[in-house]
Amino acid sequence: MTAGVSRGAPSPGAPGDARVPRPGITSSHLFWQLASFALFFGLWEIAGRWPVSAAFPPFSATFLALLHMIGDGSLGKAYLSTLQPLVIGIAICGVAGVGFGIGMGLSRTVEWLTLPIFIILQAAPMAAIIPLITYIYGIGLTSKVLAVIFLAAPVIVMNSYKGIRNTNPSLIQMCRSFQGTWRQEVVKIILPYAAALIFTGLRLGLAMGFIGVVIAELLITPTGIGDLITYHSSVADYPEMFAAISSIILIAAVSLHALERVEHRLFPAEIRGS
Amino acid sequence: MQNDIAVEVRNIRKTYGGNVEALRDVSLAFPRGKLCTLLGPSGCGKTTLLKIIAGLIPANGGEVLVDGRKVNGPGPERAFVFQDFALMPWATVLRNVAFGLELRGMPPAERNDIARRHIAEVGLAGFEASYPNQLSGGMRQRVGLARALAVNADIILMDEPFSAIDEQTRRKFQEELLDLLKRLRKTVIFVTHSIEEAAYLSDQITLLSPRPGRVARTVEPGIDRSRGPDEIRRDRHYLDTVDEIWQMLKQYVD
Repeated sequence: MTAGVSRGAPSPGAPGDARVPRPGITSSHLFWQLASFALFFGLWEIAGRWPVSAAFPPFSATFLALLHMIGDGSLGKAYLSTLQPLVIGIAICGVAGVGFGIGMGLSRTVEWLTLPIFIILQAAPMAAIIPLITYIYGIGLTSKVLAVIFLAAPVIVMNSYKGIRNTNPSLIQMCRSFQGTWRQEVVKIILPYAAALIFTGLRLGLAMGFIGVVIAELLITPTGIGDLITYHSSVADYPEMFAAISSIILIAAVSLHALERVEHRLFPAEIRGS
Repeated sequence: MQNDIAVEVRNIRKTYGGNVEALRDVSLAFPRGKLCTLLGPSGCGKTTLLKIIAGLIPANGGEVLVDGRKVNGPGPERAFVFQDFALMPWATVLRNVAFGLELRGMPPAERNDIARRHIAEVGLAGFEASYPNQLSGGMRQRVGLARALAVNADIILMDEPFSAIDEQTRRKFQEELLDLLKRLRKTVIFVTHSIEEAAYLSDQITLLSPRPGRVARTVEPGIDRSRGPDEIRRDRHYLDTVDEIWQMLKQYVD
């Protein structure tokens, strides 16, 4: 595949055109991606060696620290405990949050009852609420799951709600004109229409969940990745601290990007409702 | 003479939000097997009247009779064609066309067979597996028409079906619609704001006056449709009708 061909390629997902290579898997695209990484890590290395600050390690030291932490199992163990509240929280939001959003979209009563809560939650500074959660639920897993939920739920609920509420009214009239029942209207028109936006909400919710779990681990009790960050910071092991920070950024970025790919695969622009 | 009237509306009133009067005392009869047009400037309530006939909007007063029986909602004898096509973007042409039958619970094999027949009828054979966004505006409205035909309703309600389609495609579509209706013998109630379109297609044209919408006049162009489309557009009755309607409508245009 030459660079000339891939430059002429249309946006991904062009239907019925399987011959055209998708950007992102062509060698020239890969080259520029790698080049941008090399540039970024190179600048990091230079800044670390300059040094910008005694607490700012070069890329090479950070990378070695990362390998070391993977090797001795401390990073794996940290993620096992960090991912626990994240997965539980997102799973609860995925079921209850999407359910609430759909309920709010379909029923004015549910909307009236719950919409203010989620608007307030969306605007509330989370870090201020965490001491309150700790005060009520202690410092265990429950509090951390709640921190994830409090951050992730608003965007998940609001996206589901908007997806449902914005369903093209003409499609609803169409369904009624062919004597569709209310149930058919919901299952065959409203939910498929909202599906793409609901999925986007879940992806954004996961992004918020990452923030929530790290805040919880830094503010409630240091466990998992939050523990690695605070511990190495307190004993001035800056390469280890930066390795821990980089690893959570990397994991969040990679998983969110993967979800975005899944989203484009499931709901290409041509067939999206919302 | 009950049998010759497919749809009748009596003293229909519609007020939006308590103070905007859209329709006042509209009474009209739509003869069976004819194409009747509701024509008027924007804001005259023609789409509102069509949606009341379809059972999609409730009227504040008056009644809608279909085949002599009062109706209060959508029914299987009426099918609607939407101005914005109202196609499901996530469904193929085949599923969109079969959707009315799907809602009735017809098994897939059976409804897909019927849908394929009507897709071919509107000239879209070969596009069964395409998605609406891959089609042009004209083709999308063909899907909308095929969907209305597939449920085998006697009465087709068309809400400005060609207004979102470019001029050339519209002319072609109008000719094909006449051709199709000649064979299928449907009753069509057609909403448009185009005088030429109304005169070209209709057996009966009802002019509605704006705010509140009332029947201003009913015109029967009496155009001989056995001749070709180009002949019709040169026909004296056609040209006279266009002129007559324009003289009427002029007073409503500011």
